[in-house]
Amino acid sequence: MDMMVKQAGLGDLLDKIRAGVRLSAEDGLRLYRSPNLLAVGYLANIVRERLNGNRAYFIYNQHLNYSNICTNLCKFCAFGKEKGSSQAYEMDLAQVRAKVRERLSEPISEIHVVGGIHPDLPYSYYLDMLKAIHDERPGLHIQGFTCVEIAHLAELSGKGLVATLQELVAAGLGSIPGGGAEVFSPRIRQLTCEKKLSGEGWLNVAKTAHRLGLRSNATMLYGHIETLEERIEHLAALRAAQDETGGFLTFIPLAFHPKNTALSDLSKSSGIDDLKNIAVARCFLDNFPHIKAYWVMIGPKLAQVALSFGADDIDGTVKEELITQMAGGESEQALTREQLLRMIRQAGREPIERDTLYNVIQAY
Amino acid sequence: MLELISEKILTGERISVVEGLRLAEQGDLYRLGFLAGAIKQRLHPEPWITYVVDRNINYTDICVSACKFCAFFKAPEAVGGYVLTNEELAKKIEETLELGGTQILLQGGLHPDLPLEYYEEMLRFIKSFDIHIHGFSPPEVCHFAKLSGFSVAEVISRLRAAGLDSIPGGGAEILSERVRSETAPRKCSADEWLGVMCAAHAQGMRTTATMMFGHIETMAECFEHLERVRNLQDETGGFTAFIPWPFQPANTVLAHLPTATAVEYLRMLALSRIFLDNIANIQASWVTQGGKIAQLALFFGANDFGSTMIEENVVAAAGVGFRLSEREIRQLVEEAGYQPRQRRMDYSLVEERK
Repeated sequence: MDMMVKQAGLGDLLDKIRAGVRLSAEDGLRLYRSPNLLAVGYLANIVRERLNGNRAYFIYNQHLNYSNICTNLCKFCAFGKEKGSSQAYEMDLAQVRAKVRERLSEPISEIHVVGGIHPDLPYSYYLDMLKAIHDERPGLHIQGFTCVEIAHLAELSGKGLVATLQELVAAGLGSIPGGGAEVFSPRIRQLTCEKKLSGEGWLNVAKTAHRLGLRSNATMLYGHIETLEERIEHLAALRAAQDETGGFLTFIPLAFHPKNTALSDLSKSSGIDDLKNIAVARCFLDNFPHIKAYWVMIGPKLAQVALSFGADDIDGTVKEELITQMAGGESEQALTREQLLRMIRQAGREPIERDTLYNVIQAY
Repeated sequence: MLELISEKILTGERISVVEGLRLAEQGDLYRLGFLAGAIKQRLHPEPWITYVVDRNINYTDICVSACKFCAFFKAPEAVGGYVLTNEELAKKIEETLELGGTQILLQGGLHPDLPLEYYEEMLRFIKSFDIHIHGFSPPEVCHFAKLSGFSVAEVISRLRAAGLDSIPGGGAEILSERVRSETAPRKCSADEWLGVMCAAHAQGMRTTATMMFGHIETMAECFEHLERVRNLQDETGGFTAFIPWPFQPANTVLAHLPTATAVEYLRMLALSRIFLDNIANIQASWVTQGGKIAQLALFFGANDFGSTMIEENVVAAAGVGFRLSEREIRQLVEEAGYQPRQRRMDYSLVEERK
């Protein structure tokens, strides 16, 4: 099917990708702009199969959104609420413990802990939360606190980033999720999330964590007001950071969900754009081991198709994920293991249940 | 072998069932999409994707057929079945016209005792609103023939005289006797379904054809279906479009079966486009797949987004909740790089509304 790629005018990129030559920003833009979705998917699949063979990963995890109270109030977010708002909530440690305890019977390998930038919860709350989770469920991997939260915690502790990360790790933090990256461009941050940690700040937290031996993920929130050039700049910044540290595990493009946000006049991402973001990222981020199609964001049907457009991971049996749900995500709340296995097999891939660090828990 | 089959397809040659099955077994998603896309491009070089503004009116849900894959019907002895009144029909039609609709998709259950005159009367009533009536799928026509004692051709000709404009392709399910006897034994046979379409085409009527896959059928039976449709089209040329969609199991007797996945849908759509070289149009099924996959369908051979379905009851009864407005359909089409154009049943374009 090389002919298809050549007919699409992407023959030179096919040669580059086959030879393992890194794509330029201009190459990335050409892929984004190509009307030939299948050809772009075909190119991404070459990289995908070189790095991950026929495997398609998923994880059995639990989401814990400890509080939606947030001082940033980003325009693209439907989750964050001001303190005092009727929809605001925060969990105390007893509630956190109860959340963990109520699912002890399930074979969960990871808990994903994310919340808002809370104005007055003390630093000790976060350390105690990690300890409480471990206390309830020893051995559970805690992937917690986006780089934005970590920067906030470092400020709270007053001990600097390195010491704060070390204390979080000592309290049980296992790895860092990829949220809060949004689009690094200062223009976008100025217009949508001016109070949030800068792109540079975000990358600094990630790289510092990597140097301390923590692995982390990276995201990009697309489909709002960003340009294609800004997307490529974002990917290029991630690729450069990964060249420095090698600490990123997975890149996760996140589709913007406009409902209930300050940008609700914008429309939802298209299926084409969802696949393009996965495929272009897979071609461009040659040093990222994994690309995830997060089915909660784009729906299980499109996530399945994405396994042929560069993605090798479709997240997992997510329960109680509130952040997308608040923004009108229409996906089912949770997929069962059987549904996930069937989706993966019908896409012609081999299902692998993984842990956070991509160790194989079970191959099916 | 795959390369040879692909070359045949790209040069416009027809492929056999054996070749189609080989492609279904061994062709990857890119190959199927590429080949289907090439055919779509050849048949539809125009820069637009069409859709029709219409409403499904299901005049009754009372049905003697009791098909295992159906979540819509009520058995005649069950409580709660309905037959729409003229007032209800009028309201639905007026709403449709207000929304710029051009046609009504009129279908219902196989009611045990309404006479043919009842349907003729209903057609005359609807026709008084000056709207295209796309109605009565072949199982209904066969049922009317059985109840009235008229031949299928006579029934069609009487319905036409009363205002029927075209016949929808529903009730085809899988045109294979094994599958029909196991899932819908009381429904018209594959031969009868094709017989209705043949008779309608002979009277100058246009019809569509459908396929409901993803239940108990084999891939060979899907190709038996496609081949029978292709053969009739060679004879009559009367089909305007083909619409494949996957079985939706919730609330049916076959609820234990899993729903066909998006990848299976896109593959079957592409195979249909590739195999049915003599049918001009292939419709995407957003009502079963949602907008995002329907959008992708445009890269797997579909050139039409189907209907806006101002009202839809049959798929909704099977627990599938996708709804799209005309505005959303137009946007999905634009995002895929095409101009959205409203069409009529015969695929003539409706002038753009301001």
